[in-house]
Amino acid sequence: MNNEYIIEVDSLTKKFGSFTAVDKISFTVKRGEIFGFLGANGAGKTTAIKMLSGLLQASSGSARVIDFNINKESEKIKANIGYMSQRFSLYDDLTVLENMKFYGGIYGLSNSKIQMKTDEIVKVLHIQDYKDKLVKSLPLGWKQKLAFSISILHEPPLVFLDEPTGGVDPVTRREFWELIVAAAHQGTTLFVTTHYMDEAEYCDTVSIMVDGRIEAMGSPKYLKEQFNSPDIHTLFVSLARQSKRTEI
Amino acid sequence: MFSIECNGITKSYTAKKQSVLALNDISLQVHQSEIFGLIGPDGSGKTSIIRILTSLILPDAGNAKVVNCDVVKDYEKLRTLIGYMPGRFSLYQDLTVEENLQFFASIFNTSIKENYYLIKNIYQQIEPFKKRKAGELSGGMKQKLALSCALIHNPVVLFLDEPTTGVDAVSRIEFWEMLKELKGKGITIFVSTPYMDEASLCDRIALIQSGSIMSIDEPQNVIQQYKGELWSIIAQNRYQLMMDLKSWERVHSAFSFGENIHVSFKLSEISTDQIQQYLTEKGHDRIQIVKIIPSIEDCFMQLMIRK
Repeated sequence: MNNEYIIEVDSLTKKFGSFTAVDKISFTVKRGEIFGFLGANGAGKTTAIKMLSGLLQASSGSARVIDFNINKESEKIKANIGYMSQRFSLYDDLTVLENMKFYGGIYGLSNSKIQMKTDEIVKVLHIQDYKDKLVKSLPLGWKQKLAFSISILHEPPLVFLDEPTGGVDPVTRREFWELIVAAAHQGTTLFVTTHYMDEAEYCDTVSIMVDGRIEAMGSPKYLKEQFNSPDIHTLFVSLARQSKRTEI
Repeated sequence: MFSIECNGITKSYTAKKQSVLALNDISLQVHQSEIFGLIGPDGSGKTSIIRILTSLILPDAGNAKVVNCDVVKDYEKLRTLIGYMPGRFSLYQDLTVEENLQFFASIFNTSIKENYYLIKNIYQQIEPFKKRKAGELSGGMKQKLALSCALIHNPVVLFLDEPTTGVDAVSRIEFWEMLKELKGKGITIFVSTPYMDEASLCDRIALIQSGSIMSIDEPQNVIQQYKGELWSIIAQNRYQLMMDLKSWERVHSAFSFGENIHVSFKLSEISTDQIQQYLTEKGHDRIQIVKIIPSIEDCFMQLMIRK
């Protein structure tokens, strides 16, 4: 077991019939880093994330996530990671506290632990007045911040965030990233996808997928120097434009 | 005459005896052949405005005209003059690409042939797949088909509700190129988006938050109305830099922008040297301080905070 890396991916491939969605990707993610996983629509990001989080069987290749083999121990991966997406986050018709209790219970936390974590989240997010309100009554930005806090309720070493800030107002979007950075400072590894290229600059490492392969990977600073790009947005556009994948 | 004109539009929704104000006294005018951008986050009221202007829901107060048709009284005529692409894909999933287009053309008593010139550049990209069912298309192709269907009756005004949401950076650029081309053909475009960086592609914009318009003007003028000066600061340790800026009593706001932090100060008379000195005292390294022109996102956040 290599302690420096929390994810090690080796020639991971997924084929759907004759179409290769993910094409022999290999990369590593360091413990405690913010890893930005970028790619155009249809580049294979979602397929890769599903394999890494134990939701989809790989066609070939392998990966280790935390201490588990994705091909043999997918249930253990699901129990040990955190996951949040823009689409699926919280139950709208449960209250804030009920959602916390529900997720705490799912992940097998004791009642006293749930109580402790709940108090902590309520304090950090300043939502004392809202804890007995239904989640659907919260503004979207608050919901997303709450969903993130709940995704790390069971203190997972690794969290997958799939477009967590889509449609969120610009002030809340930045507050959201402050939560992400704070979690990274406490040692959590964050694996993030986003369509906001400015957010890629907040990551320690960025990878850019084109046509099922990783075409660029490194710190934002390194990538800008290597590709002679003023920012990640420019680099992303120039790489994604090289895509030969006809939409299917 | 304006293509779109609305005055004092107000709309509330009631759910479980609780009333929520979705639109608060919205007034705006859109000129002919202009790209007008309605810019704001989810839940700010963008879709409600578009649904009122397309006669799909009724306002509680105020009035609106689109191509001189009142959105309440003349809704039947109005609907023949506008094209509408909703935020959610709303074509018939079990009809083919070609059948969908044919269907929309026949509803408006026209033919694909008659207005083909208008959609040619967009439709050609999906024409190789015209026998495929719409439900089996990729996201990008669905979007092109939806746009083709919204245009097939040669509308005077085109309403697009968040056409680029969830779309990657490259496809977004391509989509805006298509809009520019349609504007060149004389179509008025009313488009909503949560992406602040798309503001510069519009002729005029309205910044909307919590059901109220905060600013409405040409993008350049919105930027000129930014109060005070804005600085962009970088240092070796960005996390610590943000902490130190936020705890400095002279700082009014500090927001991350990529690798930079954009900072405004409570008193505008502050010099680069004073900022440099403060940060050096805090132990920062490799400090870069530049005065910059604000972006629309900076303006949006300033208006949000002031509210």
